[in-house]
Amino acid sequence: MKIKVLFFAALREQVGVASEEIELPGETSTIAALCSQIAARGGAWQAALAGKKMLRFAVNQDMAQPDALLKSGDEVAFFPPVTGG
Amino acid sequence: MKVLVQREDFDVGAEVEALARGNPKVGAVASFIGLVRDVNDDAAVRTMTLEHYPGMTERSIAQIVEEARTRWDVIDCTVIHRYGELKPTDRIVLVAVASGHRGDAFEACEFIMDYLKTRAPFWKKEQTPQGARWVEARTGDDDAAARWKK
Repeated sequence: MKIKVLFFAALREQVGVASEEIELPGETSTIAALCSQIAARGGAWQAALAGKKMLRFAVNQDMAQPDALLKSGDEVAFFPPVTGG
Repeated sequence: MKVLVQREDFDVGAEVEALARGNPKVGAVASFIGLVRDVNDDAAVRTMTLEHYPGMTERSIAQIVEEARTRWDVIDCTVIHRYGELKPTDRIVLVAVASGHRGDAFEACEFIMDYLKTRAPFWKKEQTPQGARWVEARTGDDDAAARWKK
């Protein structure tokens, strides 16, 4: 299955990528599994995704938890805690 | 209900005026304006760049406004949040709520602002004399949002 992945703010700068398409095994998956697959690239990827307390997720533009289920075509965003207002 | 995410500045007077115009049911309009300060965490701030997640930003603010409508008498509401490069004294955000009475207007306005600070996907980056840095989320903002939980 194909997932569109977005990175924002400090996280985007850390990994040097704003968006990419990622192929995941199986028909369904979770944010946690996607996170592990990306972190397995090592280097900046692993460092960026290691600090779980500083990570927030969204699936199809709604805030989500790591156990959220993913299906093909979903848009998943990784970002630090928000600081607007 | 009006939700705008834009680079441009906004006219506070015109926005607040528009909320009550021609509606005799409106007895109160409460508004909040957030501005860029020239100092944060003991460092001078030269400019501030606001990044956001287009699409989710508008969607999350609309959801926050809808939640406020279920809890208070909100006749109309305007939320405008800017992004891009801003400098000290620039306006960042406007939340204005029109209601029958002041209690609902005040509370709904504060609720929208507290939720926006913890749920709307914006990130601030400050340029200081020591270099650029991303603003870190404050636990006080989470506490402010949590107190609205029933």
